[in-house]
Amino acid sequence: MTEDVESFRLRARQWLAANMPRLAPGEDGTLTEISDDKWPRARELQRLLYEGGFAGICYPREYGGLGLTPAHQRAFNSECAGYEMPLVLNIPTFSICAPVVLDMGSEEQKRQHLPAVLRGDEIMVQFLSEPRGGSDLAGVTTRATRDGDVFILNGSKIWSSGAYAADWALCLARTDWEAPKHRGLTMFLLKVHQPGVEIKRIRQTGGNNEFCQEFFDDVAVPATDVVGEVNGGWAVASRQLFHERTAVSGGSPYVSAPAGRARRGPGVAALIDLVRATGQADDVRVRELVAEAHAIGRVQQQLIERITDGIRSQQLPAPSAAIGRLFGGESGSRLAEIGVEVLGSHAVVGEAAGGLGGVVSSQGGPGEWVPPEKEAAERARLSMWAQRS
Amino acid sequence: MDFDLTADQKLFRSTTREFLEKEMPLTRVRELAEGGVGFEPDWWRRGSELGWNSMTVAPEAGGDSISGEGLVDTCIVAEEMGRLVSPGPLIGVNVAATALSEAASADEHAEVIAALMAGEAVASWAVYEPRGGFAPLAPQVRASRDGAGYVLSGVKDRVDGGDQADWFLVTAAGPDGLAQFLVPAGAPGVTVTAEASLDLVRHYARVELDGVAVPDSDMGGGVVRPAGPAEAAVNRQVQVAAALQCAETVGAVQRVFDFTVQWAFDRYSFGRPLASYQALKHRFADSKTWLEACLATAGAAAHATSQRAADADELASVAKSYVGQRATDIIQDCVQLHGGIGVTWEHDIHLYLRRATVNRVMFGTPGEHRRRLAGILGV
Repeated sequence: MTEDVESFRLRARQWLAANMPRLAPGEDGTLTEISDDKWPRARELQRLLYEGGFAGICYPREYGGLGLTPAHQRAFNSECAGYEMPLVLNIPTFSICAPVVLDMGSEEQKRQHLPAVLRGDEIMVQFLSEPRGGSDLAGVTTRATRDGDVFILNGSKIWSSGAYAADWALCLARTDWEAPKHRGLTMFLLKVHQPGVEIKRIRQTGGNNEFCQEFFDDVAVPATDVVGEVNGGWAVASRQLFHERTAVSGGSPYVSAPAGRARRGPGVAALIDLVRATGQADDVRVRELVAEAHAIGRVQQQLIERITDGIRSQQLPAPSAAIGRLFGGESGSRLAEIGVEVLGSHAVVGEAAGGLGGVVSSQGGPGEWVPPEKEAAERARLSMWAQRS
Repeated sequence: MDFDLTADQKLFRSTTREFLEKEMPLTRVRELAEGGVGFEPDWWRRGSELGWNSMTVAPEAGGDSISGEGLVDTCIVAEEMGRLVSPGPLIGVNVAATALSEAASADEHAEVIAALMAGEAVASWAVYEPRGGFAPLAPQVRASRDGAGYVLSGVKDRVDGGDQADWFLVTAAGPDGLAQFLVPAGAPGVTVTAEASLDLVRHYARVELDGVAVPDSDMGGGVVRPAGPAEAAVNRQVQVAAALQCAETVGAVQRVFDFTVQWAFDRYSFGRPLASYQALKHRFADSKTWLEACLATAGAAAHATSQRAADADELASVAKSYVGQRATDIIQDCVQLHGGIGVTWEHDIHLYLRRATVNRVMFGTPGEHRRRLAGILGV
């Protein structure tokens, strides 16, 4: 019988208190800055969760998860605030890549990768975008040529977040050059660190250097590592994009992350501290802006819950996940604007400037930049759906 | 609004919708407006038979909800009323019903509560005062001790449905601080003057209180003694008003969005439907995003208020500040998407824009609610 949510919550509360490291006062544990040593640390933390029986709450039991419901996951999320969590594994490993393996992978692939992921032994990454094609996924030109039991990969991928620290990638490549462009693609599970794969890190304006570019030079991939069908990669990629939208909008049931924290931009608590430190707490205009920032964060959470419930109960069609993404893109830039507006020239120097590092990345936090053509694609997807409904 | 309505709530929604579509279609709303009528008492009484005013009444005082969350159920009515820009004192009556039935003095108000539930009497919250914004905790109307009762003096204005109200819930400054009183519209010393309104059927009134005597304890009137601190009771009224108003606004915006999408398919320009232009598709996608956000936050405020959650004050102000602003943004954009027809009197969209604008500013503007929110956050 499934454990009820409240008893699960109590058990999680006790276990967290006894086993997980607590955050230092003032630390909010969010991913404002990613240093390289976060990755091995995340593996350790995930191992702790796994051994304690709290990893993969919504993953099926046969693949190492707990087989519980999103309500259990939400209960856990409301309990884990204040603890150090392996947040860096949430996107893309837990919320995008592993769900794709779960939805589209072979039985052997699921058994090989999912338990390893939940133990913290495997970190996954997406190899989708290419230097020439932007977000036009169907235009992929990385080449995979069949040679007996293996495929030989040549080409390049870009904008893969955290690739340097990852173990396996979901890599989309072209296997049939004669077919119409959506029909000649295949998705591979690719070992990231192996002969023929070269990884270069990209330094971004906001100080983040998590994004990478990869170069493939005659990389051999076993045919058993094809996800889904050969030349059926578009279906896998579409599923992947669905999980990506859900994940980036914060609606994935597959992640453990403290609930109730303001997402993106300068956190409201930090903003309030900066307002006090700069002597502006009595300024009505500043108070209104801080409250607006807070309201945006709340509405974003409420929206994500609504969209998640709507999609799950099939009262909203799956493309509605784009709504969270569009809201996130817009609110990210509004929050950044509020930060600069409130702090004025204080935003330029000292601690305040550090706190507002995300501002110059224009669209919010690390790794959440939405390229303009992708944002256009989200809008198009949503309007196509509006036409059908 | 919600994705998790129960079967009974869905039935209630469709009953209310059928009643409104039959009894108060937009053509009828326009007729009322032409005649200078706010709402028809008989129509209000028949609507009340469906339960419009009984679900926010505390169960101990005879209230009966559908789902156990009476305000959420009443928000279904508000949303349907927004959809057809209906007239009627839904917000005022339900704010008063909540306040009276949850008060320590609820028993003394039993007759009034029963009359409100039956739709035979109408009450309104007299909270605004001339030359002031929305400051429910800082009234200037004075209540002085006078023997066994009080005497009220001062002026209230922008009283929702005040020209047709039988009772006013007056928020005043008493000798011991914030206090509330239930005053009959016909009491000696009360002068009610209708005010011109931006909304065609939602009327407002100025209410002068010139030495109005309120007995301390009197069946069917008098002092509304709060069960806890007076500030908490008044804040709860703000929550109820905000939740109902946001529900009405999202009902209105949803309707405008739907008929504007339909218009974009039907209307041809340069040989193609408007909906085929990418620039317009993107605007629809943005509006849809904001509309869903409005629905989400309005729903969260209604649930929090219904459940008396600890963060109900916060969520009410989050919803009021967000919905207030976004709703008018969306409808204004829909006016633009309609082109010239959108600024004609005969097109219905201005009725919705009027209602959304009134709802944006009454019971607190987005700015006023952000200032409240800053206080709640402890900035």
